[in-house]
Amino acid sequence: MTHPASVAAMLPALLPEILLLVLGLLVLTVDLAARRRAGARTLGYLTAAGLTASLVLVLLYGRPGEGELVFGGMLRHDMASFAFAVVLLFSAAVTSLLSIDVEGVGDRGEYYFLILVATIGLSLMAAAADLMMLYLAIETASISLYVLAGYLKRDDRSTESGLKYFLFGALTSAVMLYGFSLLFGVTGRTNLYALAEIVGRGAVSPWFVGGAAVLIFVGFGFKIAAVPFHFWTPDVYEGAPTPATAYISTASKAAGFAVLLRFLLALTAPTSDAWVAVLTAMAVATMTLGNLLAIVQSNIKRLLAYSSIAHAGYALIGVVTMSTFGAASTVFYLAAYVVTNLAAFAVVILFARSAGSDRIADYAGLSRRSPGLALAMLVAMLSLAGMPPLAGFVGKFYIFAAAVDVGLVWLAFVGVINAIIGLYYYLTVLKVVYLYRSPDDDKPIAVPRAYALALAACLAAILIIGVVSAPWLGWAMQTAQSLLG
Amino acid sequence: MNLPILSIIVFTPLAAGLLLFLMPAHRHREIRWLALAAAALALGLSFFAYLTYDRATAGYQFVEKVPWIPQLGIGYHVGVDGMSLPLVLLTGIVMFTGVLISWGIDDRPREFFAFLFILATGVFGVFVALDMFLLLFFYELAVFPMYLLISIWGWQVTREYAAMKLTLYLFVGSVFSLVGILAMVYASGLGTFDMLAMETASFPVGFQQLWFPFVFFGFAVLGGIWPFHNWSPDGHVAAPTAVSMFHAGVLMKLGAFAALRVGIMLLPEGAKTWAPVILGLATVNVVYGALIASVQTDFKYVIGFSSVSHMGLVMLGFATLNRDGLTGAGLQMFSHGVMTALFFAVVGMVYDRAHTREIARLGGFSRVMPLVAVAFIIGGLVSMGMPGFSGFVAEFPIFLGLWQVQPVVALIAVLGIVITAGYIMRIVGKVFYGEMPKEFEGHISPVTRQDKVALVLLSALLVLIGVQPSVMAPMIAAGAEGVLRLVGGA
Repeated sequence: MTHPASVAAMLPALLPEILLLVLGLLVLTVDLAARRRAGARTLGYLTAAGLTASLVLVLLYGRPGEGELVFGGMLRHDMASFAFAVVLLFSAAVTSLLSIDVEGVGDRGEYYFLILVATIGLSLMAAAADLMMLYLAIETASISLYVLAGYLKRDDRSTESGLKYFLFGALTSAVMLYGFSLLFGVTGRTNLYALAEIVGRGAVSPWFVGGAAVLIFVGFGFKIAAVPFHFWTPDVYEGAPTPATAYISTASKAAGFAVLLRFLLALTAPTSDAWVAVLTAMAVATMTLGNLLAIVQSNIKRLLAYSSIAHAGYALIGVVTMSTFGAASTVFYLAAYVVTNLAAFAVVILFARSAGSDRIADYAGLSRRSPGLALAMLVAMLSLAGMPPLAGFVGKFYIFAAAVDVGLVWLAFVGVINAIIGLYYYLTVLKVVYLYRSPDDDKPIAVPRAYALALAACLAAILIIGVVSAPWLGWAMQTAQSLLG
Repeated sequence: MNLPILSIIVFTPLAAGLLLFLMPAHRHREIRWLALAAAALALGLSFFAYLTYDRATAGYQFVEKVPWIPQLGIGYHVGVDGMSLPLVLLTGIVMFTGVLISWGIDDRPREFFAFLFILATGVFGVFVALDMFLLLFFYELAVFPMYLLISIWGWQVTREYAAMKLTLYLFVGSVFSLVGILAMVYASGLGTFDMLAMETASFPVGFQQLWFPFVFFGFAVLGGIWPFHNWSPDGHVAAPTAVSMFHAGVLMKLGAFAALRVGIMLLPEGAKTWAPVILGLATVNVVYGALIASVQTDFKYVIGFSSVSHMGLVMLGFATLNRDGLTGAGLQMFSHGVMTALFFAVVGMVYDRAHTREIARLGGFSRVMPLVAVAFIIGGLVSMGMPGFSGFVAEFPIFLGLWQVQPVVALIAVLGIVITAGYIMRIVGKVFYGEMPKEFEGHISPVTRQDKVALVLLSALLVLIGVQPSVMAPMIAAGAEGVLRLVGGA
């Protein structure tokens, strides 16, 4: 592992964060200076355009070489930090587009600023190589997200959502911090890799490290919404402004997995068996509970909340294989999940804008009111269910392949049985969309340009990831290798 | 470089489906013609491939191989042999006649044809796939259009239930096969999903015995093997006519074919161990299916259960693992596909006019639609295995092969044929002859030109193969040879 000499040489590691900060300040300035004169949608477009530009710049100039620790070991600039930054920027850009016409948030500068700050936090999470840095990053992201969830001040459900999210978050992050302190206490290090080296030598009792790790998993489990730390998810998802829900369910979860993967693979040590057993139990419980509870939901946002819990479970399968391919399959799965879930939420937002409802039963007649939107819903639901030729199919395939590869055939079976349950409730939604009729059949659903753009980007990504998956799998493999190395 | 004819066949329907989505929804006429043109193109190319396949050299032909996901050894690898090429042709035929039969669909025809064509791409793809990932990819691609086609355009009484049941059955089967395939790939240590490479894997016998049932029965669910056949009669009945045709005509072959290709061919030792079980279950299919068919009062359910019975014969042929049995099974897949498509087309035409499928309430239809009656009788004769029709050409070798391994099973299974003759006669007598109920007098409109073309095409094929088996039998025998090469006994 090399250490670059000058600060200038280390700047590419912070490229996403720098760009996000500049953009955030720009948004605030424009909001103050020109809000009256510019149209209500300016801020949203500005944020989305800025994020897209950042995405391009990061792709062009932010590519890491060999993984290296930068800024005194606070961050690690490697394929993992890069790949997750790309996913996060995409998610943030789509979220901004999806926010534009949402009442109460679409024309607020500070709303977009919060999204950008949350993205900074999440992207630092994915890069953090030091427990202190990690904690700060998690808090930066979380606090912005709490505010986003409770952003609609006049809406009781939104404020409830924000408060619930905050209380759960504060509790779990305290437990996690306690775990960090234990690790620091016995090793005297906060740097993850230095710590891993000490643990790897067997200088610390594996049981002690295992205990600390379990405390830390509480915090990570909260971020990825894994059972039994998932209780906040349905209420928060339902109450939060829907674009914020879209963002929490995609970006925040992805970053949570980045942290989990980095932590776990760095500390692959004698103790790993015990943690892996804990995580395997979590994976099984998360998939199964998420899917079973999703069946009975009548609100689309709650259904997607439980479905997102279930998807965390699938992604955990890749984690517990503790292999390069397994980690790669998780990263790939997350990318597929992020684009798909964003598409699903885009449809939900558009529908709620016109029809004013999130009830699944009210989606009746959608295929007549807007065939295009119905098709988008079809693609999103089928990708979530894991049907070819969509992203979700290859994602699931890699996950199950990784499980069978390391001999976890039983876990693959648990996974596929869950996929069957998943198919059932996704089809139930599609049944309402395509089969049932409603008295409003003749009222079309407007799709403003920003939304069409966001939806098109997500659907294209779903198809591209599904059909041409080799290059992205290549990236995911490099990511996994950088986390192991 | 040669024309990638298989890829064109596979992706023509998909391209047409996407094109349909771009058309204005209300241009029903143009939508139908575009659908027909695409179906004709796919059929024409399948026919061309069928004619130009070199029977002398046999083996896989029209092969295309491009790396797809090289990290995992997954390639876009397609090719056809004597077993799969007739099924490609069958798909082309059913697709073409299905479009003709669906000419009258007025509820969102654009979506109907688009979903039907996505389904067709999945079906073509499975038949030509030589890579197990590709096979699964296409296999599952066929699942969801089925759900929508049945639940949206199906028979209102049972469609929601039947569509969900069918989809979940198929998906359950396919994911079990998926895990089996993954187990094979990672146990082989070859790092490839290519089926031709996998043929050389020589898995330990114990491994084969353990995983064969997952792979074989996972796919055979779609082949309608007892006791996993339950989705099929419900699905057939609930589906709109063209989809029933697709369903019983092609989709059930999809399951049987994949079970043969991946299960029997790649895990031959497992197949030998499990063959007696398959023989037993398939015999139940044949006899039980025929018995249940003969007590149905709904015309369409009779045909639905007859498919269960006839697919049992295909499975019996597989389980013999000898030349006669496999050749017969291959022929039976084609013959049954055409026959059952014809049956469902006839049922649809009768139902569209009579608005009932209760056999007791129908009668005398041969007077108003003689062509339909003739077509049904031809299908019926095929179904009974009458010499001079394709059913005989297919069933005779199956029983020949069966006699060599298990004469008792052959004797029991032959009962199915007798029962079949019974219920077919009953329908012919009751529905097409006999008194026409008063309420139908003068209310039965003649069949359309499109319907006639479809009926003539399907019936002619059944007769052609019956009187001139050499148009298909040698090709399938060559395909069976390829299977025998792997299971031994070539």
